[in-house]
Amino acid sequence: MPKAIGILGQKIGMTRIYTEDGVAIGATVVEAGPCVVLQKKTEAKEGYNAIQVGYGTKKESRENKPMIGHFKSAGKGCFYHIKEFRVKDPDQYEIGQEIVAGDLFKVGDIVDVSGKVKGCGFQGVIKRHGFSGGGKTHGSMFHRAPGSIGCSATPSKVVKGKKMPGRMGNNLITKKNVIILDVRSEQNVIVLKGSLPGTNKGLLQFFTK
Amino acid sequence: MNMLEQIEKENMRYDIPKFRSGDTVSVHIRIIEGAKERVQIFKGVVIGRKRGTMGANFTVRKISHGVGVEKTFPLHSPRIEKIELNSQGRVRRSKLYYLRNLRGKAARIREKGIN
Repeated sequence: MPKAIGILGQKIGMTRIYTEDGVAIGATVVEAGPCVVLQKKTEAKEGYNAIQVGYGTKKESRENKPMIGHFKSAGKGCFYHIKEFRVKDPDQYEIGQEIVAGDLFKVGDIVDVSGKVKGCGFQGVIKRHGFSGGGKTHGSMFHRAPGSIGCSATPSKVVKGKKMPGRMGNNLITKKNVIILDVRSEQNVIVLKGSLPGTNKGLLQFFTK
Repeated sequence: MNMLEQIEKENMRYDIPKFRSGDTVSVHIRIIEGAKERVQIFKGVVIGRKRGTMGANFTVRKISHGVGVEKTFPLHSPRIEKIELNSQGRVRRSKLYYLRNLRGKAARIREKGIN
């Protein structure tokens, strides 16, 4: 886990942006924060240094009583998403403090972005692992099947980690070294170069480097 | 308003004249060669427009030295200096891909307002 403060956000959508030289760049517009510090975790008490933050306001009527109690100390309402960020010194943050994109990021910064990839369902080896597959015609009789998955009596088993068909996507990935093209601190919006994992409105985590 | 729409609105160009398929236009493109920058003019018939926001583009076709040449330009690109509307054509389709199969006199487009 990266030992740096970050922020939570959601994807708004993709667009195209031109540089001053007129080069077109694909860009993703995301809402980043504001996140509220809910809890400080210290080495003495919890065994590690971190801050817990909340993002995405939630109605109090939708929250259960133990969680309402947890949110009370921050005093900024309830939140849909709660995440932790490992920090070196949690004491420099106050409970209830708002972390906003304008303070953390500036144009040209590099960040890591984590998010859940779109689920693709059960997929074969060609789509899932990039196998080349067989010929389509000329009586090939071998099209999109995985082929042999191992040897015979020795080792008489399929090796672990063999690439096979199965559920694809819907897993957490981190895209590293994403460049920030634009920061709009009033609207809590940042623009990042290239694509990001997941759907529009999907939860993303941004880590400073 | 959605922030995405707002960012797109800020980056879109509003100085481009209204034109449609069948019109003859001169596109002034800024071309960067090393350190030098010059303007090239590409004149031809618009054979299609792809609508949209920042992704909008249009295709211009011309006959250069007997060979058909087509160029697709992003509508909102800062590389486009200006677009001149030379004449309006009367066509019955939005995409004039049929012009690719026609030569000479058959590939002409009637001007708007002249029967």
